[in-house]
Amino acid sequence: MRTNNNKGRQWLVPLFSLCFGVGECVGDERLSGGQTTVFVTSNKAFARPLANIGRLTRRQHTVGNSFFNQNWVAAPASTTARDGLGPLFNSRSCSACHVQDGRGAPPGQDGSGFGLLLRLSLPGRAANGGPVPDPVYGLQLSDRALPGISPEGHMQISYLEKAGNYEDGEEFSLRHPRYELAELAAGPAHTDICLSPRVAPAVFGLGLLEAVAEQDLLGRADPEDLDGNGISGRPNRVWSISEEKAVLGRFGWKANQPDLRQQAAEAFAGDLGITSSLVPRENHTSAYATRHDFLKLPASEQPEVDDKILQRVTTYLQTLAPPARRDVGRPQVIRGQKLFREMQCASCHTPEMRTGNSHPVEELRNQTIRPYTDLLLHDMGPGLSDGRQDYQADGREWRTPPLWGIGLQKRVNGHTTLLHDGRARNLAEAILWHGGEAKAAREAFREAGREDRKALLAFLKSL
Amino acid sequence: MCLVRIRSLILTQNRFPANGQYTYLLRFLTLPPPDNLPSVIDKHTLAKKQVPAKIDPVKAKFFAVPGLTSLIALNAFAQTEREAVAHYTQLVQATYSDALAKAKIMERAIEDFLASPSADGLKKARSSWTAARIPYLQTEVFRFYEGPIDDEDGPEGLLNAWPLDESYVDYVKGDEEAGIINKPDDFPKIDANLIQSLNEKGGEANISCGYHAIEFLLWGQDFSAGGPGERPFTDYTTADNADRRASYLRASTKLLIKHLAEVSTEWEPGRENYRSRFLKLEPRAAIEKILTGMSMLSGFEMASERLNVAYDTKAQEDEHSCFSDTTHNDMVYDLVGISNVWNGTYRTVKGPGLKEVAEKADPALAKHLDARITASVAAARAIPAPFDQAILGEDNAPSRQAILRTIESLEEQAGLMVILSKKLGFEVPISED
Repeated sequence: MRTNNNKGRQWLVPLFSLCFGVGECVGDERLSGGQTTVFVTSNKAFARPLANIGRLTRRQHTVGNSFFNQNWVAAPASTTARDGLGPLFNSRSCSACHVQDGRGAPPGQDGSGFGLLLRLSLPGRAANGGPVPDPVYGLQLSDRALPGISPEGHMQISYLEKAGNYEDGEEFSLRHPRYELAELAAGPAHTDICLSPRVAPAVFGLGLLEAVAEQDLLGRADPEDLDGNGISGRPNRVWSISEEKAVLGRFGWKANQPDLRQQAAEAFAGDLGITSSLVPRENHTSAYATRHDFLKLPASEQPEVDDKILQRVTTYLQTLAPPARRDVGRPQVIRGQKLFREMQCASCHTPEMRTGNSHPVEELRNQTIRPYTDLLLHDMGPGLSDGRQDYQADGREWRTPPLWGIGLQKRVNGHTTLLHDGRARNLAEAILWHGGEAKAAREAFREAGREDRKALLAFLKSL
Repeated sequence: MCLVRIRSLILTQNRFPANGQYTYLLRFLTLPPPDNLPSVIDKHTLAKKQVPAKIDPVKAKFFAVPGLTSLIALNAFAQTEREAVAHYTQLVQATYSDALAKAKIMERAIEDFLASPSADGLKKARSSWTAARIPYLQTEVFRFYEGPIDDEDGPEGLLNAWPLDESYVDYVKGDEEAGIINKPDDFPKIDANLIQSLNEKGGEANISCGYHAIEFLLWGQDFSAGGPGERPFTDYTTADNADRRASYLRASTKLLIKHLAEVSTEWEPGRENYRSRFLKLEPRAAIEKILTGMSMLSGFEMASERLNVAYDTKAQEDEHSCFSDTTHNDMVYDLVGISNVWNGTYRTVKGPGLKEVAEKADPALAKHLDARITASVAAARAIPAPFDQAILGEDNAPSRQAILRTIESLEEQAGLMVILSKKLGFEVPISED
């Protein structure tokens, strides 16, 4: 069915290439994910399976979808396939934070916004190269718990507005967040504790990013900035639980997860308190459990999410399609696209890549994709630093987030907040937060005239 | 074929942005015309004439003139669509009023049971529930297009939500004090308002009302391999909170009838209601809604959510009517509902269905889809009961193969519906995602 669909649109490809002229763009710029691209602009734009999905993959996708959306309940319950929540957790379901497979937002004063959590750690590196957990609160603050159990505490955010202005005099204001731990249930945290706020990112297109060959990504790295362009992307090296060694990191704000299966298993454990064969630990320390006397809770002998369901959820994440671009032919958008390159945005937000030919999900192979990321770590300056080591990423380093679908975020999620903790309230603020290696790009934007800035934003909204 | 489609897109999207008679006319002219029409401007003629990408209104008239006979036929096509839409509203109303009537019979059986609880009374109440489900299931094909059942304030979630976390409503094995019924301190008075206000509160599985809540109150949890749940009638006499359980059962039944009546009223003739608005739609827009209900129920709700998830997880909680072990009925009568709309038939109500429209658009496709729907109903009937046992075992177990065949047939069916919708100039969804 989907294949038919696809064929019906293929005639557009040569048409569009002609429209833009040879050289400027070869191929259809609208196809963010090659043949996997879906043409949807509704609030379901991030929620569609790959356009070229096969029947059997689609079945796995739908089962994964069911588990991604539904609430998990406390064990033991008669609903055995969906119990095991907690005892500590941040959310009852994946979809509560990744709403409509899109992006979460920091809590607003009106009670809106869901999907921001705090990672915790002490300075240094653990044996596997990862962060060192706080002896009591672990690696993540759990702000919810099952009845009768105290959540670890709550995150308190306050913002300080700081004004700035564009070169042409137009003013802007950026909100500088401050994070604190509040209502801690087991006494004050370690004095050296590092906090890293992380907002739930959108989850579409991830399979395509997983399918890009490692060599291709490593080839884009330039840790010593040998090409002298001031930009030195470098890969994170993170612990792979299944391979029992350090491998290339691809997912998460710090590229601290190697693949989607581990990403999903870690999220089940860390965010929902659900164990799996891959991540069999609960998300609380024994110090916290002893203190709160919930060691007596029935421990599950079996993983709470079994291997098959974990695989289905993984497949689901692998097979959510990126949406097509809109307005690619509008002059303002074309101008914005040119500025995007000229301002060096494209140095990290890589416009085009090709997936390899070995991903287990066949539909993902050999696709020309336009994710606008290089999946590498870049120094983003002190303003965005969380001061927390995450494998090889230091506080100032963040993985270039993909930009595809960014123009549909408002439609899907009802907000335009961006960056790792949602501090930027719109695209312009997100650009203005760029520092470090991206300082020149930011300054180019800040110094640009009003029309050029509008053109760049128009281009971003077309993604 | 491909060329013609290109043109139709260019004409309708680029040249005449979605309004006015011209757009409508041009779309018809450039779509592959129904094969059984005496067509002057069929796709081959069009291709030879090399219709330019840009057509100005004058040229459009030029193309329309030689198609006079065709236009008459197109009028007949539109007439069939109008008749099918009008008949559909009759069929919907007949099905809902039957669902309501059977629910009222169930209410009487439940009242009789509660007046003097006995094993026999409980048995009768249970069979009245099973009977009430049969017409309701046939209304499920009226979902998915934001009609009265599932528009913004539609009661679908209050009528048929599942899966249900039993411990939200009543005691469960291992927790005798669970549920709203056993929490008199938190919920002193059980009535319809309370029950409705608690539905889906704090979680999607927190289902407090609807068919499946009543089902749970009549059958209880199902722990037996061979049969359904075995709730003793003494749950309504000597058990803890028996009176509160009775209030819950009574109130949730009343609520169910109230919600069914609301939806039914929206489809009654001679009122200013959804039906009257539905009849004022462009027939093609109404057809799109009708076909969306069919494709979504086939591809999304049945093939994916109800069959494939249970088939894949082999978990009882993923079966639709897990307390009464009547999930096989759910599959069969959902499909019968689709077949009703296709054939324009519900019991004694007969008239033009979607089939007639499809036959005008593409007779070969109509025949194919007709056979497919019949095959799906047969495939669903072949799934052995109880469903919670049918999903178990190896993939080569006959019962699992029967389920897989039904899934495949439904996928095929949904795919054909998408093809049909494209022939009609729109595209129906088959997944909600």
